[in-house]
Amino acid sequence: MPSDDDPALSQDDPEHARQVSWHALWRLKSYLSPYRRVLAVSWVAAALGIAAGTAVPLVGKQIIDGPVTHGDRGALLPLGLLALGLGVAEAVLIFVRRWSQASPVIGLETAIRDDLYRHLQRLPMSFHGEWQSGQLLSRATTDLSTIRRFLGFGALFLVMNIVQLVAVTIVLLRMYWPLGLLVAVSAVPIVIVSIRFEKRYIVISRQVQDQQGDLATFVEEAAVGIRTIKAFGRGGHLYDGFDVTARRIHRTSLAKVRLASRFFTFLEVVPNVTLALVVLVGALAVAGGSLTLGTLVAFTTLVLQLVWPVASLGYILAMGQEAMTAADRVTEVLDTVPEITGGTRVISAPRGHLRFEGVEFRHPGADRPVLRDVWLDVRPGETVAVVGATGSGKTTLTALVPRLLDVTGGRVTIDGHDVRDLTLPALRSVVATAFEEATLFSMSVRENVTLGRHDATDDEVREALEIAQAAFAYDLPWGLDTRIGEQGMSLSGGQRQRLALARAVLGRPRVLVLDDTLSALDVETEALVEEALRRILADATGLVVAHRASTVLLADRVALLREGTIAHVGRHHELLATVPEYRALLAQDADLDPEEAVL
Amino acid sequence: MSDTSGTWRGVAAEDNDHIPEAVSLLLRTRSRRLLGDLLRPHRAAIGLLTGVIVVSSSAGLALPYLVKTGIDDGIVPMADGQGPGTLLAIVAAIVGAALLQALTRQAFLQLSGRIGQDILLELRRRVFRHFQKLSLSFHEGYTSGRVIARLTSDVEAIDELLDSGFDGLVTAVLTLVGTAGMLLVLDVHLGLVALVPIPVLLLFTRWFRRESSAAYRRTRETVALVIVHFVESMTGMRAVQAFRREPRNQEIFERLNADYRDANTRGAHLVAVFMPGIKLIGNVTVGLVLLYGGWLALQGTVTVGVLAAFLLYLRQFYEPMQEISQFYNTLQSAGAALEKLSGVLEEAPGVPEPARPRQPDRVRGALRFDAVEFAYKEGLPVLARTNLDVPAGQTLAVVGPTGAGKTTLAKLISRFYDPIAGRVLLDGVDLRDLDEDTLRRHVVMVTQENFLFSGTVADNIRFGRPDAPEEAVEEAARAIGAHDFIAAMPDGYRTQVGKRGGRMSAGQRQLVAFARAFLADPAVLILDEATSSLDVPSERMVQRALRTILADRTALIIAHRLSTVEIADRVLVVESGRIVEDGPPDRLVADAGRFARLHRAWIDSVA
Ligand SMILES: Nc1ncnc2c1ncn2[C@@H]1O[C@H](COP(=O)(O)OP(=O)(O)O)[C@@H](O)[C@H]1O
Ligand SMILES: Nc1ncnc2c1ncn2[C@@H]1O[C@H](COP(=O)(O)OP(=O)(O)O)[C@@H](O)[C@H]1O
Ligand SMILES: [Mg+2]
Ligand SMILES: [Mg+2]
Repeated sequence: MPSDDDPALSQDDPEHARQVSWHALWRLKSYLSPYRRVLAVSWVAAALGIAAGTAVPLVGKQIIDGPVTHGDRGALLPLGLLALGLGVAEAVLIFVRRWSQASPVIGLETAIRDDLYRHLQRLPMSFHGEWQSGQLLSRATTDLSTIRRFLGFGALFLVMNIVQLVAVTIVLLRMYWPLGLLVAVSAVPIVIVSIRFEKRYIVISRQVQDQQGDLATFVEEAAVGIRTIKAFGRGGHLYDGFDVTARRIHRTSLAKVRLASRFFTFLEVVPNVTLALVVLVGALAVAGGSLTLGTLVAFTTLVLQLVWPVASLGYILAMGQEAMTAADRVTEVLDTVPEITGGTRVISAPRGHLRFEGVEFRHPGADRPVLRDVWLDVRPGETVAVVGATGSGKTTLTALVPRLLDVTGGRVTIDGHDVRDLTLPALRSVVATAFEEATLFSMSVRENVTLGRHDATDDEVREALEIAQAAFAYDLPWGLDTRIGEQGMSLSGGQRQRLALARAVLGRPRVLVLDDTLSALDVETEALVEEALRRILADATGLVVAHRASTVLLADRVALLREGTIAHVGRHHELLATVPEYRALLAQDADLDPEEAVL
Repeated sequence: MSDTSGTWRGVAAEDNDHIPEAVSLLLRTRSRRLLGDLLRPHRAAIGLLTGVIVVSSSAGLALPYLVKTGIDDGIVPMADGQGPGTLLAIVAAIVGAALLQALTRQAFLQLSGRIGQDILLELRRRVFRHFQKLSLSFHEGYTSGRVIARLTSDVEAIDELLDSGFDGLVTAVLTLVGTAGMLLVLDVHLGLVALVPIPVLLLFTRWFRRESSAAYRRTRETVALVIVHFVESMTGMRAVQAFRREPRNQEIFERLNADYRDANTRGAHLVAVFMPGIKLIGNVTVGLVLLYGGWLALQGTVTVGVLAAFLLYLRQFYEPMQEISQFYNTLQSAGAALEKLSGVLEEAPGVPEPARPRQPDRVRGALRFDAVEFAYKEGLPVLARTNLDVPAGQTLAVVGPTGAGKTTLAKLISRFYDPIAGRVLLDGVDLRDLDEDTLRRHVVMVTQENFLFSGTVADNIRFGRPDAPEEAVEEAARAIGAHDFIAAMPDGYRTQVGKRGGRMSAGQRQLVAFARAFLADPAVLILDEATSSLDVPSERMVQRALRTILADRTALIIAHRLSTVEIADRVLVVESGRIVEDGPPDRLVADAGRFARLHRAWIDSVA
């Protein structure tokens, strides 16, 4: 749930969260499988690189112990060249690792993002009605890059550092076991603190990520609703709300910084104190004769070498934690099962016989159904108008036909097939809808009109635009290639509505659903559109939601929707004469004569 | 120079991958200015930070040296039978140095974390506030997706810089300088050899900076495109699904995503060359020092101890180089983000606030268009030269075909745009001389595309007047006939309306938007087809309410259903950006002109 203040998120049982997270991140590894070879190369290169890096100082020691101390001039040059060669090799290996790692890791991010997008397109409107795009976006961008960073850098070094730690500790144990044991024991507090840190960090980093999602949502609303905000001059009000969320992030991030800084410092102090103990104990051992000076020097150098891997472990663990919660957030979406999936049937020659059979619809969690016991039979070629008060369920009814929503009882059939048995493309190519709010995109007019049918011919587009009285599109600065701004905002309201209508009638669908699509048109344009629609509807099946008598006249019959069920079905004039409620809904002159109204 | 700066102002450079050197310099200066601006209030804290980090780094730097002294001066005397006094002192010093380093380091991390977060908060606030200030024409071109991209992914890029980059850089630079000093002190000749590769390093870094700054700009731009497409298709998912747009959308998204991937890969490859490159320079130096130092040691010019110390320190010297290049990495991507953000902040509001606003004592609501002309795009006039006088308290109906310019007229009164010629006056004051607050308090517009924010029904109504008590909210809803349906919702006024009001029907959303405007109680109320989705009885209810509410205020009502016009004192007929008829409704009907025709058509349509 993407709610703003969901306390459940912050109080998640950390133990539980941890298991889920490991699991989520682990699952994503399958995205790396196409790159198995390249990855193997980069891991081998990483291992060899570390080995080469460790060898350089060893050669240095050789030079000091050998040629320099014993004056062996002959050995200086080869050893020096060896150091040089190892140095070059290390650089080359690092290059190989980084270069070969780029595509797998970035490829992983890209592939997950593609899949996330694909999945989101399959999730039904009930999902999209609840989830703000900002929340989804923060998963598709921020979270995925967090995962990429960890898998690209963190995971590798997590393993390499641990290998290095174990290897060096073994070397130390074999050199002089009491001191080696001392070093090994120093790992105990590190492990304990790490585990505790991990638990707390995972909670807090999930919190920050969720809050960033909230912020994105807020920004989105402030950007999309800019007209309303400006119309009321509520920039300040919005800013206050934004500020609250931004400050919340500030606070949580600071808590995160504090937690991390304590942990990171702890990780640095342990090896340094160990070093001091090594020097002390070692010195005593040397004095006691159980250890040579040379070994002690080597020992301390090696312990010094351990400081970085241990200290960086903190950053890497933190990174891993963030990647885990990010993976958790991503899989949360990927795991949402699309409730509306297509069946298997295809209607080869649709006639467009639309039937509602005892349909009930209830929003999830609602106590009352929006629609109940709806029976309606729209014969092929017939047009039925749906009339009802605001909020009576007209839009909901229209959404059931293309399965933007699914019935919760009864069924909707087309030519006798339950719509749930048809494949979604088949169903949605039979049914075309014009929504009450024109849903346009910042693309060209042509792309908006041909939205799902980019194979439509110019003639088809022209016909659709003419029916919708949208020929104005040809007069735009770049004709049909004019981009119409976000949500078509560079057009007037009526122009938007006509484009949306053109989109619906394009290619003459068998079943045409019009949800109050003429509301923003002036009377004259409306009359022209109606005339053209009448021709289309002559041989298509139509379901037309209407508020005005003129639109109702497009239909052969009218269904009166009252409180979610169909109260009356009949011809316009019949209903007008016999049903007072209908008359009240449609006749402008119900209690005022139009003549008198104007005068 | 001045002419480059003109054309590349603001967000103009956003879509360009290849920009002239002069411009890129300009952009860099602009970003740097913003960064400086953000850092300035923290000068003192940054000073303190530097002090802390110097202590911390020195303590870190001292550790190897102490170990070396411990071995040389602590153990050897002990082996000679002396007491462990020196050794204990040195061990204590090591522990002390380690603790000191830890304490200062923690202080540093917390302090720098706080500064970083403060800066981020300030940056977020600034950018958000600025976006709110920018005019509609800016937003129309820029799109919400980009606004989101700026405030999320770009701010995060800077977050990363402040989070780890700063720490890395300061530590690295100090270690670098400290080590270089140590090297020179230990042995000048050998020290100089160790420092010889520095010019190469600088040249190499310069190359990297050039290449990567182009790469990172590209990354930011491509990610913005991904975001824009993502947000837009999520917002329009209903149409996407109903019209089977999914495959095509997937195609487009994958292409944009692939562009982003390529840009990212290019960046990663540059780093893949740069980082090992630095390492190579460092390692070659170590090799050279070994050879030369070994030779010098053989000659007896340097001692073995010095050579050993050199090797220890050289490791420390080129190690931070990695950190610096890592920092460079984050710096570049933050730099690209900063460039975009500073561009946004540089955009001047198209509808600027007056320098010296006029404060009218009492606004009565008289409107005047004085030779006003308007065009959204140059050369395509939407409103021809218009003169119009609306006395205070008049109810004006505006009718005309769709696309005639009615909404445009209304937007000019609300000062969403400024006219390209002429003036719009409220009570004789040019709108350009009124500050935002004054204007909005007195002029409110219910737009054609009403927007509900996620939150409760009451929150949304209260948007009209944030300090309104609950009773006032309910009263406004009652007045326009929205109370019944609101009360019937599961939690009444506390019902969450869902994303963009999705849990309500379109008509219900319009009623809420209406209630919101009534609550705002302005002197001038503009209703742009505000009842188009309502059924006839609801519309009638609203009209009845309007009759009482509009009695003492100026109103501009745009409507297609002429029933709305019944409450108007005066009607304007607009056609192709001109007022073609103007007069009281009854006279216009009698005149048998445009309005009379519309009126007849309407009567036919409702029959
Ligand atoms: N997501 C939702 N959750 C709960 N109730 C909803 C949701 N969407 C719509 N409703 C309710 O369903 C009813 C019918 O809405 P709708 O079909 O849009 O009405 P209309 O007849 O005006 O088109 C309304 O009362 C509305 O409040
Ligand atoms: N933001 C915009 N950018 C460019 N053109 C616009 C914009 N808004 C409206 N237009 C154009 O201006 C003309 C008038 O639009 P408008 O005033 O919205 O008409 P209406 O009378 O239907 O309200 C239309 O041709 C429309 O396409
Ligand atoms: Mg509806
Ligand atoms: Mg309009």
